[in-house]
Amino acid sequence: MSESTVPQAKTNGWEPKIVAFCCNWCSYGGADSAGMGRFQQPASTRIIRVMCSGRIDPLHVFNAFLEGADAVLVTGCHIGDCHYVNGNDKTKIKYKYLESVVQQLGIEKERLQLNWISASEGEKFANFIRDVTEQIKKLGPSPLKPEGVV
Amino acid sequence: MSDNKGTETERTETKGTEVQKDNDEKRVGVFVCECGVNIGGVVNTKAVADYIGTLPGVKVTSVNKFTCSDSGQADIQQKIKEHNLNRVVVAACSPKTHEPTFRACLEQMGLNQYFLEFVNIRDHCSWIHMWEKEKATEKAKDLVRMGVERSKLLEPLVQSEVPVIDKALVIGAGVAGMQSALDLADMGFQVYLVEKEPSIGGRMARFDKVFPTNDCSICILGPKMVEVARNKNIKIMSYSEVKAVDGYVGNFNVKIEHKPRYLDVAKCTGCAKCSEVCPVEVPYDFNEGFGTRKAIYVSFPQAVPLRAVLDKENCINCKACAKACASGAINYDMQPSYTDLNVGIIVVSVGFKTYDPEQRHDFGYGLYDNVITAMEFERLLNAAGPTGGHVVRPSDCKEPVRVGFVNCVGSRDKATNIYCSGVCCMVTIKNAQLLKEKRPETDHTIMYIDIRTPFRAYEESYNRSRNLGVKFLRGRPVEVKEDPVTKNIKVRVEDTLAGEIRNLEFDLMVLATGIVPHEGINQIQQLLKLSKAADGLLMEAHPKLKPVDTTIDGVYLAGVASGPKDIPYAVSQGSACAGRAAILLKNRKAVTEGITAVVNPDVCVGCQVCIPMCPFQAIKMDEKEGKANVVKALCKGCGTCVAACPTGALEQSHFKNNQLLAQVKNVFRFQEVAA
Repeated sequence: MSESTVPQAKTNGWEPKIVAFCCNWCSYGGADSAGMGRFQQPASTRIIRVMCSGRIDPLHVFNAFLEGADAVLVTGCHIGDCHYVNGNDKTKIKYKYLESVVQQLGIEKERLQLNWISASEGEKFANFIRDVTEQIKKLGPSPLKPEGVV
Repeated sequence: MSDNKGTETERTETKGTEVQKDNDEKRVGVFVCECGVNIGGVVNTKAVADYIGTLPGVKVTSVNKFTCSDSGQADIQQKIKEHNLNRVVVAACSPKTHEPTFRACLEQMGLNQYFLEFVNIRDHCSWIHMWEKEKATEKAKDLVRMGVERSKLLEPLVQSEVPVIDKALVIGAGVAGMQSALDLADMGFQVYLVEKEPSIGGRMARFDKVFPTNDCSICILGPKMVEVARNKNIKIMSYSEVKAVDGYVGNFNVKIEHKPRYLDVAKCTGCAKCSEVCPVEVPYDFNEGFGTRKAIYVSFPQAVPLRAVLDKENCINCKACAKACASGAINYDMQPSYTDLNVGIIVVSVGFKTYDPEQRHDFGYGLYDNVITAMEFERLLNAAGPTGGHVVRPSDCKEPVRVGFVNCVGSRDKATNIYCSGVCCMVTIKNAQLLKEKRPETDHTIMYIDIRTPFRAYEESYNRSRNLGVKFLRGRPVEVKEDPVTKNIKVRVEDTLAGEIRNLEFDLMVLATGIVPHEGINQIQQLLKLSKAADGLLMEAHPKLKPVDTTIDGVYLAGVASGPKDIPYAVSQGSACAGRAAILLKNRKAVTEGITAVVNPDVCVGCQVCIPMCPFQAIKMDEKEGKANVVKALCKGCGTCVAACPTGALEQSHFKNNQLLAQVKNVFRFQEVAA
């Protein structure tokens, strides 16, 4: 169990908002396991469930950024473990493209992250959320913050 | 106890953020669960309900102590009736465990089950923000709001049913496949049992005795083989292979090739007169290459079916067999024949082979005559084997006195296979016991990494070996040499428990070779689109909860094809497959998930980008129309094709773009900003 869970005084008040896409079979289950293991995490992340990481469309990721997400996480099963044989292989290919577009848009690379998390890796999920949140806190709000976006 | 605070709101959708496709008014009911104190102890559920009640379209909100309880579900049903709800949002635990409960609750009220939106505010919120109550409450509000907006866009779906043909195909007639076939046949289903060898029985037919009880293998397998042959509902297709598989759960079309035996099976009586006169002798594969068989032969005395087979490759065409055959069964011009089967389910029990140490000359195998494998040792021990049960060493046919056994050859080794083959420790222990019992003067040393004896009576068997005087040495030989004169095997091995180097000399050394995938496994894997695990064997649908299912509906795995196992485990899996398959075969129908990909033919341009995306071959081209077409029974609803479609013609029902984007957009509070 992690020790970084003691009630903290507000650090700087600002909590980033992170959108995490999770596949039903692995990473969503990993997030569930994090809950079951009570692995405490910053309350920064909002999970959106899809059946397979292969379903995650660049459209969804770009929309999340446009709406003001400070970071977007693409997660799925470990390579070789995909419930749908190889959907995550395709995610991996798509992700490379996503990465390059996001960087061309001037969004820092830390704001888009890919991770494979199995349904049993609750602690890994929690650590991932903690790490990303820390990184984003250092970067500050997304340059595409929502003011003006409707 | 349910303290329901139905905060009713009179709002209608006056400022919908989305363009609604249908004009039906969405009447959403939101049910926030406290899960005792699991959620309620952290998240201010009342505040969440109050806030959500202000959202457009939300007709009623309710907080329950336990929404999944009878009273909680009754509350949902009552509110559906009272407020004529057409969408239900449950904010509680994980949909992975509780979605089916609430779906059924909706169905009972005549509401389509896919009108349920499940929001996880326990595992993903209260449990992971235990000491941040305010933040957790805010997050819960966000999550529920996302759910509410998504729910408004949900569309009704139906789970489709496909008819199931009540016939089964079992591929591989080893002990696991035979068990599956017998169980299914006894339940009254027609079973086709396909075996590529001339006889059923599999690897178990070659074992001498089986651990831990050391009972004679063929004595327990033989009657089972006869039982299979006698069963009216089982059609054995020996010396046959699966060549093509098409279709899906409930309706597989399978092409079976019957290899030519070059004799009429109906006429052959298995008398083996043909073998007696055949002048050709070749190494006997059933005896692991020890001894010889003829070019026309019965594969082993207990073979089922008890029919000869002519090995055309080695036949010299002298026609002696045709003259000897009293029933005139021999037919030299036989061609392969084919059968097309139509079955509802398939059991895959294609077995394994043992690791071949020849390729790397592990421990001198292939270089030195007196290094043999455990399977070869097994045949030497066997009374029906090449030496009539006398264990002799290959170099001079003398009976060995000092026997060394090396465990984990081709297992637990980064250079070959990293996994443990599970059975070899017990095989070695059994083999040492058997020879020790036959010839007490023999001296046995087992060189091991770890001795693994996990199941009933295994540890007892190990203890028995120790009591018999079998020596256990923890260490792997680092140097193996042959004495050029005596042909004895000289081994240098570190005894890691004593911490010293030992130089040992054996008359015979036996390698416990591990379990590796059969050559045929790739063909079956590709034909059936199964997945393979890291060890090269076939992969089950879930390692714990679906150990004999595969990701392909209606295809099941039994025996060592899905990982190393011993005989009782393989037999259990055979029965398990029969049980799982019988659910479909008895119901005569299979339910396929309502969540599938859907093509909009008006938008599809027939670019075929989606086709290779699908690992289940569910997308076919409609050649006439030039459009993609999703075969619902094959589609598993992953949505990978949808994300790949460049025109937006493909959509995944229940996870449509607008539904997912409704969630994305509602992570952020625009309504409030705007207001």
